[in-house]
Amino acid sequence: MDVSPQVRIAAGPAPQAKSGSEKIRGAEILIRGMIANGVDTIFGLPGGAVLHIYDELWRYREETTHYLVRHEQGAVHAAEGYARATGKVGVALVTSGPGATNAVTGIATAYMDSIPLVVITGQVPTAMIGTDAFQEVDTFGITIPIVKHSYLVRNVEELGSIVNEAFYLAQDGKPGPVVIDIPKDVTAQLANYQDDRGVTFDTRIDHKAPTREVVETTVEKLLAAQRPVFYVGGGVVSANAANELLAVVEKLNAPVTPTLMGLGAFPSAHPQCLGMLGMHGTYSANLAVAESDLLIAIGVRFDDRVTGKLNTFAPVAEVIHIDVDASNIGKLRKPQIPVVADAKQALAAIYAKLSQTTIDAEKLGAWWSKIRRWQTEVPLACEYSDTEIKPQQVIETLYEVTDGNAVIVTDVGQHQMWAAQFYPFKRSRQWLTSGGLGTMGFGLPAAMGAQIALPDETVVAVVGDGGFQMTNQEIITAIQYNVPLKVLIMNNGYLGMVRQWQEMFYDRAYSEVDLSVSPDFVKLAEAYGAIGLRASHPSELKEVLHEGLEFDGVAIMDIVVTKEENVFPIVPAGGESRNMILK
Amino acid sequence: MRHTISITVANEAGELSRIVGLFSARGYNIETISVGKTLDQKWSKATIVTCGDEATIEQIVKQCARLARVKEVKAVTTLPHIEREMALIDVSVKAGDERQEVMSLVNIFRAKVVDISHEKMILELSGTQEKVDTFIEMLSPMAVNEVTRSGCVAINRLSPLEDSVKGLQYAA
Repeated sequence: MDVSPQVRIAAGPAPQAKSGSEKIRGAEILIRGMIANGVDTIFGLPGGAVLHIYDELWRYREETTHYLVRHEQGAVHAAEGYARATGKVGVALVTSGPGATNAVTGIATAYMDSIPLVVITGQVPTAMIGTDAFQEVDTFGITIPIVKHSYLVRNVEELGSIVNEAFYLAQDGKPGPVVIDIPKDVTAQLANYQDDRGVTFDTRIDHKAPTREVVETTVEKLLAAQRPVFYVGGGVVSANAANELLAVVEKLNAPVTPTLMGLGAFPSAHPQCLGMLGMHGTYSANLAVAESDLLIAIGVRFDDRVTGKLNTFAPVAEVIHIDVDASNIGKLRKPQIPVVADAKQALAAIYAKLSQTTIDAEKLGAWWSKIRRWQTEVPLACEYSDTEIKPQQVIETLYEVTDGNAVIVTDVGQHQMWAAQFYPFKRSRQWLTSGGLGTMGFGLPAAMGAQIALPDETVVAVVGDGGFQMTNQEIITAIQYNVPLKVLIMNNGYLGMVRQWQEMFYDRAYSEVDLSVSPDFVKLAEAYGAIGLRASHPSELKEVLHEGLEFDGVAIMDIVVTKEENVFPIVPAGGESRNMILK
Repeated sequence: MRHTISITVANEAGELSRIVGLFSARGYNIETISVGKTLDQKWSKATIVTCGDEATIEQIVKQCARLARVKEVKAVTTLPHIEREMALIDVSVKAGDERQEVMSLVNIFRAKVVDISHEKMILELSGTQEKVDTFIEMLSPMAVNEVTRSGCVAINRLSPLEDSVKGLQYAA
């Protein structure tokens, strides 16, 4: 297994050589710097402050493709979808002022889920900064709390190295969004371009490899545990550590529960997979964590949607916490063994040590029989109806129709939880969702970005009727660029998750959740030049999914489902995770 | 618990606001903050006095260390250290007994008179936060018009203890 440090800087094709003494515009330095960093796809929308950049982009259109979105939020979500699907850095380009503020939701979404992005924002000319100029906003200040790093470029001479460093930082360690705010005059000024890729600022020390001592202690704990559970998250996905995880847990015969962000990092159908844990996790996963004596937390952050009431989460377990971000360790739960390391390297080192050991296959027998009993007692299940389409049935049918191979991109709400529960994922990056920020409107543009990154895969946006209406303007972007986007709207005529909480915790006072007055989504699809299909009876479901998914173009599938269906199990917010409401 | 944290950060526009923003975003308190460049002018050192239990201080140190332009973060107060604050105090003093009384306080506290008029004096004092607090309190029978305090600066001692005491320290 490869334990050498990953070189994460993409080595893109070098731009065509011009003589080193020739000075070029800042805008061209930016474009050539991005191309040198492997950028072949940019999502954006032009405006006054980025006119020079778009002028250069036009000249370099053979080397990098720009997708003109219809709203800047769509640009950033599309870049996120591209990045989440591939692990490469997603790029968005927007203008100053409202362009930048419209991008903020996407930047925050990427920040919360640790997605590598570079977002280029235009800015008013340097001399006008601070004068309340037209389309001026303090983008640097606004984005400080939601970026991994940011720049306000004050000097064209710095631009080349800033671009290189931005791409490095976006991917280094725990990935995240990086904003480069560029005043218009800087994009017009001349400077030399040098391809000096690499770290240009001496601030980083590599923390990625675990020490030998910590690996040894970890392995001792793993071998001694009677009731271990692996709790794995998005960090395993972003470190591309799925193979190493599989090797370690198969060697140990230990149970695994992924978080919402970790879905796919371990095959959902694997016999050792207990399904997702947390607020809408499985009965067996939540009980296993509650009774475990050793919790191996990898690339996770003990999010409140996972733990419920923190001090009753895994109350008797010792914790091994592996994370590349030291600040995640001990933030909410103090582990007995903190391991600041890249998940891939840590798991490879653990496996190397484990492989020298013989493991008694029967050692966890009692633990497994307990877990199997929980799985039989309360499986994830739903009863189908003869008259109405059940939302869970939509996901199960989608799984069947796509042979379980589609990349599923969701919005946020009930449909997201049903997709997480009922679509068994086979691999990392097959499941793209806004977990941390919970951004409605993410699904459709992110699916477009993922489909552009993966032209040969089936990519399906599973969205609700609420979130769909937040960003459906990007359908026309997909039409314009012949991106065969597939959108499955799980239409229950409600802001469904809010309705569910109002039903369960607010005495059925349905305050402002009724979306029964909505456009005709089939006609809307047709107005955009897509095909629109509707299924409202169980007998129509499979046929509509087949027809939509097999269509060579953009298809919008409006699936009318049971209006008042709830997501179960549910742990009420802040409750003990073993106290699930099951029905 | 009161703690003093020393952060070595790039001497660049916007980097200080990133640190201050982190404190407010994560709900940490800033009692005092003072910043100046280090020997190498590429770097500044910010000294922040904050309060919190051990876990909070550990989080503050780790969160600051995570910033791309932060080179080093030290919880200075977890090691033997020297801490100083400076104050400039404008006080109304009449010539005569009152001025003599102020001068005796100036001597006791090893303060300095840096400006004087018929009606007023400006005093300068440096020392620990407690010493500055006490001096101002002792002046309170007079009319203290204005106090400007620098906030704390701190540095670890050249103590032989250093090897045996484990402090909280993260290189970014």
